[in-house]
Amino acid sequence: MLRHAWLLARKDLLVEFRSRTAILSAVVFTVLVLMVFNFGRDPTAVAAVDLAPSILWVTFTFAAMLALNRAFQLELENQALDGLLLAPVSRSSIYLGKLIANLVFVATVEAVGLPLFALFFNVRLLHVLGPLVAVLALATVGFVAVGTLFSAMTARTRFAELLLPVLLLPFMIPPLIWAVLATAALLAGRPLSEVKGWLSFLAAFDIVFVTLAFALFPATVDE
Amino acid sequence: MRLLKTGRWITAVGLVLLAGVYVRALAFTPVERFQGPAQKIYYVHVPSAVVAMMAMGLVGLAGILFLLLKDPRFDRFGEASAEVGTAFSVVMLTTGPIWAKPIWGTWWTWDARLTLTLFLFLLFLGYLLLRGAVTDPGLRARYSAVLGICGLVLLPFIHLSVYLFRTLHPQPIVLKPSAPSLPGEMLVTLLMSFLVFVILYVGFVTQRYALSLLREQADHHA
Repeated sequence: MLRHAWLLARKDLLVEFRSRTAILSAVVFTVLVLMVFNFGRDPTAVAAVDLAPSILWVTFTFAAMLALNRAFQLELENQALDGLLLAPVSRSSIYLGKLIANLVFVATVEAVGLPLFALFFNVRLLHVLGPLVAVLALATVGFVAVGTLFSAMTARTRFAELLLPVLLLPFMIPPLIWAVLATAALLAGRPLSEVKGWLSFLAAFDIVFVTLAFALFPATVDE
Repeated sequence: MRLLKTGRWITAVGLVLLAGVYVRALAFTPVERFQGPAQKIYYVHVPSAVVAMMAMGLVGLAGILFLLLKDPRFDRFGEASAEVGTAFSVVMLTTGPIWAKPIWGTWWTWDARLTLTLFLFLLFLGYLLLRGAVTDPGLRARYSAVLGICGLVLLPFIHLSVYLFRTLHPQPIVLKPSAPSLPGEMLVTLLMSFLVFVILYVGFVTQRYALSLLREQADHHA
């Protein structure tokens, strides 16, 4: 199963990184959102560090949404999804493959976005980089897991681009709340013990929703 | 059609009883000492909130049963329950601010429970939007079952995340570990109101269910 999933993820990522349109758009989009935030605040009234956690997470939320829309849209061309479903691989491998590809995609965007965020808003990240990456990873796994499941459904509806955010955002709120609180605590230089609680909430969300998505994914593709 | 008629009867009984609850709440239940007459809205607000929650739970449950048994009746029930739940959430979300303005001095605050109920409302809307966007009935049933189940699992998480913030909302006074701290007459009025709202829920869902059935038959003949 793992081998099949990896093959599928590799295929998606190859398509992505050879054409580069989607990944480049997502990165440019991230930069633009960061810039919009710069103009959306009064620098004399609100210190960058107070707003920083929100800026970071709102940006990554939108970027992830953009990335997720693409995952199953890719398979709609030439009925590639039907071919995929006929192939002798389990449904779980298909889901896992898509999940891995989406995670790599979103992680790439975040890896570009994070240094830019530090640069634009003059936030010191280096001393908290380890824990911050852990927060990023846990939160991303949570909403990409749900997003991959939902995009399998919305891709075949009429308003895919609009419907996915409407369905997914309520599911992104709990991990977002915890991630923002954890990021704020880290950036304010609070001890790591204060962040541990948020991290375990994030991990619990990940475990529950990855499991649930595995169980429910076959229902979204089987005929 | 018999089912539709039954639904209408249950709803009619519910509405008459609702009028009865209003009369009891306004004329025969004591006025709360601190909040005054504003507290009367409690007898509508709390039951509609509980019934809306229950409706979401049943949507999730119907989703699980549908995926296990592939019986279209569960899908129809899920659809009916979601629509009725939306209506009850609207009642909850409108009566809440009407009460909050005189008591808290503000229509809306990002209080834990308010946020939770707003999510509930948005989950219902998302569910109905998804149903509207899928044309194939089989696909629609499976998609909405998946979303309903996810919604059911999400609720405790939202609960957990919003409760970490301090809350302004009155704490539960009936369903709590110690005995209910509501005076007897108020408690009786509230419980009657609960019962009436459940009857109304059943009446509405029955009618909505019958309507889906009629629509399917009409599509079948066309």
